[in-house]
Amino acid sequence: MATTSTGDIEKTKSVEVKKKLNVLIVDDDPVIRKLHEIIIKSIGGISQTAKNGEEAVNIHRDGNASFDLILMDKEMPERDGLSATKKLREMKVTSMIIGVTTLADNEEERKAFMEAGLNHCLAKPLSKAKILPLINNLMDA
Amino acid sequence: MLGLGVDRLQADINRLLTSLFHQGVLDEQFLQLQQLQDETSPTFVYDVINIYFDESEKLLRSLRLLLMDREFSDYKKIGLHLNQLVGSSSSIGARRVRTVCVAFRSASELNNRPGCLRGLEVVEHEYHYLKNMMHELFQLEQQRLLAAGVRYPM
Repeated sequence: MATTSTGDIEKTKSVEVKKKLNVLIVDDDPVIRKLHEIIIKSIGGISQTAKNGEEAVNIHRDGNASFDLILMDKEMPERDGLSATKKLREMKVTSMIIGVTTLADNEEERKAFMEAGLNHCLAKPLSKAKILPLINNLMDA
Repeated sequence: MLGLGVDRLQADINRLLTSLFHQGVLDEQFLQLQQLQDETSPTFVYDVINIYFDESEKLLRSLRLLLMDREFSDYKKIGLHLNQLVGSSSSIGARRVRTVCVAFRSASELNNRPGCLRGLEVVEHEYHYLKNMMHELFQLEQQRLLAAGVRYPM
């Protein structure tokens, strides 16, 4: 709290503690999981990882999971990103889901992935520059 | 004198990196990795590159086993392995490895077994070259850190 020259205590706005961005990283490639973990950490977020879409769905089954953002790879064993995204939306998961595709994916495949329930789609490799504008919009919302 | 050791090692590191960029072995994604390394993740580049080596070697072994099988026909599996190799190579900036993996993948999409065998040899060659260069880089970096930790005599 600051004091004026007259000694009156000036009211200050209470400091709002910014909620840390909580992210679920879903990818079968441990290199990508590690990279995305560090990107999220570098922007002040915290993360949990899942090796495939089935793990991502299981994390949400008890209804207690609460992620601000899910980074969802497209091609994964057990359950792919498209199927996992559809399932999560059916389960009423409202987290922002960003699909992560490769350059090999064509326009039709990307469109199908978006229509499964994504908020956005980005191509690998991800970087801070690619992801930050989307996260800033999310935090402002 | 000791400071010159650090400077010389840093110059060697810079020279090696410049050469690797010039050869197209690495691209700017590697710079992105370096920029993500800080005091909270001081060994991030080393850690992620070593994960890449471990995973890539598993994939390359699996590709070789698949192709050496005389009755091999699972080109889809080859494609899946290569997709992963392309993705992880892109993510660490291993540009030449990525490029040759894409070429290999084209052969697998055409069910071209001789093309796949050639593709595998090229990928293995590029991968081992990258690995040797990265080891050299990490050794120089380690020497530089050790040299930087030496105090000047008063």
